[in-house]
Amino acid sequence: MATRPRTLYEKIWDAHVVERREDGTCLIYIDRHLVHEVTSPQAFEALRLAGRPVRRPDLTLAVPDHNLPTTARRDAQGKAIPIADLESAQQLAALERNAPEFGIRLIGDADAEQGIVHVVGPEQGFSLPGATIVCGDSHTACHGGLGALAFGIGTSEVEHVLATQTLLLKQSRTMEVRVEGDLGPGVTAKDVVLHIGGLLRASGGTGYVIEYTGSAIRGLSIEGRLTISNMAIEHGARAGLIAPDDKTFAYVKGRPYAPNGAEWDAAVAWWRSLATDPGAKFDKVVVIDAADIVPSVTWGTSPEDVVPITGTVPAPEDFADPSKQDAARKSLEYMGLEPGQKLTDVEIQNVFIGSCTNSRIEDLRAAAKVLKGRTKASNVRWAVVVPGSGLVKQQAEAEGLDKVFIAAGFEWREPGCSACLGMNPDKVPAGERCASTSNRNFVGRQGPGSRTHLVSPATAAASAIAGKLADVRELAES
Amino acid sequence: MDAVHEVSGRAIPFGLKNVDTDVIIPAKWLKTITRDGMGQGAFETLRANPDNLFDSPEFKGSPILIAGDNFGCGSSREHAAWALLDLGITAVIAPSFSDIFSGNAFKNGILTVVLPQQAIDRLMEVARTDPVTIDLEHQTVTTPFQDRFPFEIDPFRKHCLLNGLDEVGLTMARGDAISSYEDSARTAMPWLAHPHLHQGEHAA
Repeated sequence: MATRPRTLYEKIWDAHVVERREDGTCLIYIDRHLVHEVTSPQAFEALRLAGRPVRRPDLTLAVPDHNLPTTARRDAQGKAIPIADLESAQQLAALERNAPEFGIRLIGDADAEQGIVHVVGPEQGFSLPGATIVCGDSHTACHGGLGALAFGIGTSEVEHVLATQTLLLKQSRTMEVRVEGDLGPGVTAKDVVLHIGGLLRASGGTGYVIEYTGSAIRGLSIEGRLTISNMAIEHGARAGLIAPDDKTFAYVKGRPYAPNGAEWDAAVAWWRSLATDPGAKFDKVVVIDAADIVPSVTWGTSPEDVVPITGTVPAPEDFADPSKQDAARKSLEYMGLEPGQKLTDVEIQNVFIGSCTNSRIEDLRAAAKVLKGRTKASNVRWAVVVPGSGLVKQQAEAEGLDKVFIAAGFEWREPGCSACLGMNPDKVPAGERCASTSNRNFVGRQGPGSRTHLVSPATAAASAIAGKLADVRELAES
Repeated sequence: MDAVHEVSGRAIPFGLKNVDTDVIIPAKWLKTITRDGMGQGAFETLRANPDNLFDSPEFKGSPILIAGDNFGCGSSREHAAWALLDLGITAVIAPSFSDIFSGNAFKNGILTVVLPQQAIDRLMEVARTDPVTIDLEHQTVTTPFQDRFPFEIDPFRKHCLLNGLDEVGLTMARGDAISSYEDSARTAMPWLAHPHLHQGEHAA
């Protein structure tokens, strides 16, 4: 096995095989399991009914994020403010009950470490390079930015992992997406992954695990890499991976769950050995010139509907595939856009800066840099910043970023998933547009009838000032 | 899980591509702590149109759904599978499925059948007026007009579906193999095998 050159994915896979069956299916050991309130209640209930314990509560971490309001959670006396939505409250209460019952650590709504599960995992050092990480959430792909094999699972699989700490899996095919060259001014990790999504389409990665390589990817910070890997699922790939390097080790070192002492040295040596071997074969290779990437925005209702911010809304006839033409027609109607319309002419009423894609400190810094000394346009009704975790919030406040946002007319909120999917009260009203740093522009994603344009934090900030989708590069020059 | 051998009956000629799980079951329906009653919210936006296929007298309660490429993409919510079941749908035929959705479907006894677009086009035509039969044992989709489309399925999944096996129970029976992996990982990768919470130097 060791003689054949292997990819990063194959090395992590091989290190986690408990059993290999004749048909190639493997029982894979899961090193870290993140649990949130939406996809776990039915799994815990099934365990309870069958009288099954959680095999490794010490490898499991529970964090509520989807339903939590992002408004104040405690009153002046430190007492919990009740959640108005009774169903949300019930789901959160179930997690608060289930975690201690099964011996799992819960980072609760009042803890400074609480946040979006995909922000908390890396931040706490719970997510590590080379680990297998799962969560009942498709954006678990995010943790691949650290070089972990991380993917989303359904509730039955959550139950399977809780009970056995393993999953039965077939090995995926491998794809290399190589981005070579330097990113231009105003071009961020989000623009890179939107661009990739436009090329691969929403299903181009189905059945694959994608390794993002090349100088443009290596040049990104860990926050940027997490943004890229986060959206691997938007091209259909269950997991994305970026090889761990010195930047990764510097990011992980000293975090609460990170190894230390002699274990740290052994871990780093192993992490270094995981890089894809020279000569290892990917089933598919896509090469992208970084110079071709500009600030990008979506126009439709699939993450593949990407155009440069300098571009125009396409016409259904621009697509060769008849079913895509049909989908484009429906998208244009839903989005209230006309073919040929310039994206920078599209007025927005809402701006959302947050989500597991873009709510880390670097994202907030990028948005604040654009907003400093400026204010949102009067037609922007609602502009909101939702930090990815309580620690991100603290850090941003220490840097004075909250003041920049508030001065620019933004609301500064408590951490959570928020308007990315509107399970809590943060929603975009029907018929209104939102420049959003989230990951999905599906029909009704940010609330029934909401119209989402996916953008980077810098573009979201520039759009808030302009009141329209805006090219951040023009703003910087003015 | 109940054993599945054959799914036969009217098939909803839906045909749409890139149907995401937000379309199958919008987020507001995810606030439940049980698996029941999701059918009410299934395809809610589409079903707001009174002429939708799902509620038409002809297709209401049909056991089969025919869809386009990349069915079930997006969120990992298993609620999408529960919603289909609650509508009475126990099989979906499409040119491709998202990986997470097909796993969720399988674990709930829903057959996901992959056929080439040409076969889908033909089945869409037949489905308007006549029933379709999926035979899991022989891995074929047939119509009353002598159409016969063979399909591939993972042998393990087929075995589980035909016998109604509980995967958690099956894996728990492999407890010794899991323990032996854990023993060797404790030596080889102790930082993964035993996370220790200690005081960190970092904030965000």
